[in-house]
Amino acid sequence: MPHILFGRSKELEIEIKEYLDLVNQGSLTFKRDLSRYIKKNFELFEESLTDIKEIENNADEHQKDIKYKLYKYMLIPESRADVLGIIEEIDTITDLAKEVIYEISIEKPFIPEELENEFLELVENSTEAVDMLVKVVRAFFEEISQVNDYVNKVHFFEHQADKNEERLKRKIFSEQFEKIDIAHKLQLRYFIEEIAALSDQAESVSEDVSVAAIKRRI
Amino acid sequence: MIEIMIYLSSGLFLGWSLGANDAANIFGTAVGSRMVKFSTAALIMTIFVILGAVVSGAGASHTLGALGQVGTLPAAFVVAFSAAVAVSWMTKLSLPVSTSHSIVGGIIGWNLYSGFATDLDVLREIVGAWIFSPILSGFFAVILYFIFKKRLNKAKIHLLHLDFYTRWGLLIVGAFGAYSLGANNIANVMGVFTGIMEIPNYDLGFLTFTGAQQLFLLGGIAISVGVVTYSKRVMLTVGSNIMDISPIGAFIVVLASSTTLFVFASSTLKDFLIMLNLPSLPLVPVSSSQAVVGAVLGLGLAKGGRNINFKLLGKIGVGWILTPITAALISFILLFFMQNVFIRSVI
Repeated sequence: MPHILFGRSKELEIEIKEYLDLVNQGSLTFKRDLSRYIKKNFELFEESLTDIKEIENNADEHQKDIKYKLYKYMLIPESRADVLGIIEEIDTITDLAKEVIYEISIEKPFIPEELENEFLELVENSTEAVDMLVKVVRAFFEEISQVNDYVNKVHFFEHQADKNEERLKRKIFSEQFEKIDIAHKLQLRYFIEEIAALSDQAESVSEDVSVAAIKRRI
Repeated sequence: MIEIMIYLSSGLFLGWSLGANDAANIFGTAVGSRMVKFSTAALIMTIFVILGAVVSGAGASHTLGALGQVGTLPAAFVVAFSAAVAVSWMTKLSLPVSTSHSIVGGIIGWNLYSGFATDLDVLREIVGAWIFSPILSGFFAVILYFIFKKRLNKAKIHLLHLDFYTRWGLLIVGAFGAYSLGANNIANVMGVFTGIMEIPNYDLGFLTFTGAQQLFLLGGIAISVGVVTYSKRVMLTVGSNIMDISPIGAFIVVLASSTTLFVFASSTLKDFLIMLNLPSLPLVPVSSSQAVVGAVLGLGLAKGGRNINFKLLGKIGVGWILTPITAALISFILLFFMQNVFIRSVI
């Protein structure tokens, strides 16, 4: 498409694309950092701690820019509000990812070896839901008929993460882990819920996008 | 001259109310949802309504003349005035109303008063066009819906570009809609005067304006004044009510209804169809509001038939029958007064 014709909307299009790339990077970094931590690779974990913060800052900058451009340039008002809402909601995911990583670095919760695989699986499913959400949003902009397919995938991974969450919690509070004191159990529960919250948020945003997509039908 | 202006004033008033009411049919959704600024819409309307009136206004006017050639200026004043009163009254009852229906009612009132026989063939042609125009408009909307749906699914246009296109699309079909409205409905505003007033041609050297075209210009200006002074209110209140649809849906509705108005106004298109031995449509002033409603219903049907507002259909039916009858009645009564109280010849 010729740039002269679209000019400013092309600029905005690129900005949104870059922003979604950052959300993707955030989820990958979150997964990498947590795997390192869960596998007790603490040195590497601390070494790359600032990565997620940089991504989050960068994403915040993009988000502000997009907001500004959405209001400045020619866009249909109704879709402007929808786009803005979606961009703002996704941002909470990157924020949450950063928060979890930093809290882990501060609190350094001990994850029993027997739970490592379950934790990894939870992280996997939760970040997968976020990755699918990014696809939902890309489809919303570029190929609206695909939105629902991806929304279904987000639902699937969120459901998996939910199951992981419940299984982990049941295990922690079962007789198997009698040796762990209650404070430690509650701390683990907190982090399990925080990790799973990523997929919950992804699901909630994907539903918003799905509604916005319906509105875009002729 | 002053007397002539007074007689013309009722037509100009009708033009004003046409502009005030019908601009919302064309730019209602675009302005109501703030996709197009009102000032932009008003500018486009003004230019293209006048263009349509002056360039293609003659066809539909001719049909009105054939229905009943109102004989004197005072009578023409009364006919246009009755039509304007009927329109204002129906609008107050919030019935979808048409200047086309009311002016035809007014002319029939004159025919009845003066004892001239109404040409039933012409009347049949006009009523047929009124019935057929919303159907045709709905049909256009269905076709456009499927074309656009298929195209948009295939083309994979980025949302931001699509919005960009939609805005420009609304401006372009708005211009076309204004042109069609001017071409089709100027007959309502000035049609009864063109046959009576002898205005010499105005020669610009490269262009010649006939007397009728000069009147159409005046009527077009009256419509524009209606657009500029009053239509914003209608657009913001009524406009968004009629069409609670997506921007692309609005584009389709405006395009479908404008095309309908256009085919009932363009003598070029009629001649072209006749040349190809195809059936042609009569050039008749039809209702832009009803064309819009037809298109909205067509779009609704194409999408699966939900959300069809049958109450709205009933209202249209009532307005449809009541408007011409009211106008005819008022016209008949006022002609009596004009003849016997103001002692002006109306036959």
